[in-house]
Amino acid sequence: MLNNNSHKASINSEVFPICLRTSNLEDSSSLQTYLSIGGYEQIQRILKDKISPEKLIEEIKISGLRGRGGAGFPTGIKWSFIPNDSDGTKYIVCNSDEGEPGTFKDREIIKKNPHQLIEGMIIAAYIMGAQVGYNYIHGEIWEEYESFEKALAEAKKANFLGKSICGLGFDFELYAFHGYGAYICGEETALIESIEGKKGQPRFKPPFPATYGIYGRPTNVNNTETYATIPWIIQNGGESFANIGVENSGGTKIFSVSGHVERPGNYEIPMGMPFKTLLELSGGVWKGRKLKAVIPGGPSTPVLPAAEIMKTTLDYDGLKNSGSSVGAGSLIVMDETTCMVSTLKRLSYFFYEESCGQCTPCREGTGWVYRVIKRIVDGKGKPEDIDLLLDVSKKISGRTICALGDAAAVPVLSFIKHFKDEFKYFIKNGKSMMDANS
Amino acid sequence: MLTEITRKKIDGELKKFPIDQKQSAIIAALQIIQTENGFLTDDLIALAADYLDMPKIAAMEVATFYNMFELKSAGKYKISVCTNISCALREADDIVCHLRKKLNINFNEVTKDSKFSLKESECMGACGGAPLMTINNHKMYEHLTPQKVDQILEELD
Repeated sequence: MLNNNSHKASINSEVFPICLRTSNLEDSSSLQTYLSIGGYEQIQRILKDKISPEKLIEEIKISGLRGRGGAGFPTGIKWSFIPNDSDGTKYIVCNSDEGEPGTFKDREIIKKNPHQLIEGMIIAAYIMGAQVGYNYIHGEIWEEYESFEKALAEAKKANFLGKSICGLGFDFELYAFHGYGAYICGEETALIESIEGKKGQPRFKPPFPATYGIYGRPTNVNNTETYATIPWIIQNGGESFANIGVENSGGTKIFSVSGHVERPGNYEIPMGMPFKTLLELSGGVWKGRKLKAVIPGGPSTPVLPAAEIMKTTLDYDGLKNSGSSVGAGSLIVMDETTCMVSTLKRLSYFFYEESCGQCTPCREGTGWVYRVIKRIVDGKGKPEDIDLLLDVSKKISGRTICALGDAAAVPVLSFIKHFKDEFKYFIKNGKSMMDANS
Repeated sequence: MLTEITRKKIDGELKKFPIDQKQSAIIAALQIIQTENGFLTDDLIALAADYLDMPKIAAMEVATFYNMFELKSAGKYKISVCTNISCALREADDIVCHLRKKLNINFNEVTKDSKFSLKESECMGACGGAPLMTINNHKMYEHLTPQKVDQILEELD
């Protein structure tokens, strides 16, 4: 049924573009360009040959693809949760509400290769029997929202969307939806509330979106990168994808590298690449400085000191064994001059500002954490503040409806765990250890 | 009353949703109105709510929840600078200091001639281009330096 081309990539030194495979082509985002690399052929083949959703799900399970938005849940399993016996409308949603600091890969997919995302969503809709889809795009990347609208119009005109796609009897409508500045809408149930025209406040689960999503209908929410990977997997077979990566971490992943490197940007690489290699690909630490620490998957994943991350491989098990996590693949690199106390202050302000206010431990706790760190940075810290920060953070964690509360606690706990001396120094001397010589 | 152009734009958004789910278009409707007016007033929010057959308070909740909405008069050009971690590491503070000095205003203030206002923003999802800012929400400028900021502002009338 599926081609079994073998794809080999060295996990030691190369980028391997799948989601970003049109990036280096002229006019990379156009329909013409996507068609030139075999775009929209998979959905046509599926519809023509009437390949069953079960077979396709099986292929995705073999690929080892896991949700690329941060949770890492196996995509094939997730898609089998959508009830296939329900009447009425089912929805699929693409979560392009990238607001986790350091994450900017979905923007690149929308900007460079929107049609692959669209084809991935059509295939997903076919598998889950959905008739309508939305791509929820982060409000601040407005130009990408507009360019995605253009890509949708192109696809619709060519009959890849709408009634009876390519005359093959399958109907699917896809729309762009923009946020307008709310990190919390990256949480899938907050995103659903937002699509319903409400404040983005997360819902209790269960019921899960698979049974009760938009307007109470079965809804599947996945990240942009997850959908954009699907056409390649269907084209080349699940095994080919799995073979690119390592055990338990199939395929490629886009890592967004930001902060103190010479060449910040997105790098789509085979899972399992040593961090050291990616650091070299991104030009190394800027200004010839030494590496101090890296947040590997966005602030909701624990920070790792240089010594630890330099021996880590970038895959689910590698980062887990190092005490952190892949998250959304958002590597924030910090050089030796970085003050960890001030950096934590900024992160804590972010969670305080973005807490939706629904759950008391998060709403009040994030404020407490921010104010205590601020007082340390203002030179008014007390020796007991470190324990206070740990205590408040632990009391937020696990006591909220959604994961924002847990996420807010992560940087506090991990920054203090690895850089406690800097916090002690700041409290004792009223200034940063980084300013010790000034 | 909403202008015909505004209504037409909102109608375009309404096509994305089931006919009995007009409220889904509220974020888009408020965005359209704000883009035309510069900021949202209680009256404008009420008009949007009426147009979408939803309670005014529900529209107000949306307007106050999403932080790209402006509920007070903003400058002709609203400059939002991201100061979150990836931008901070790439010296966003220098950009903020430069803008404060150049425009002689702080965050959430408007210049005397009403031309500029300044806002601190959370992560915009484009950290590879840090430091960065947007003008009037919809145009992003990346890889900023104080010199580049000067150039950008000079080109605005």
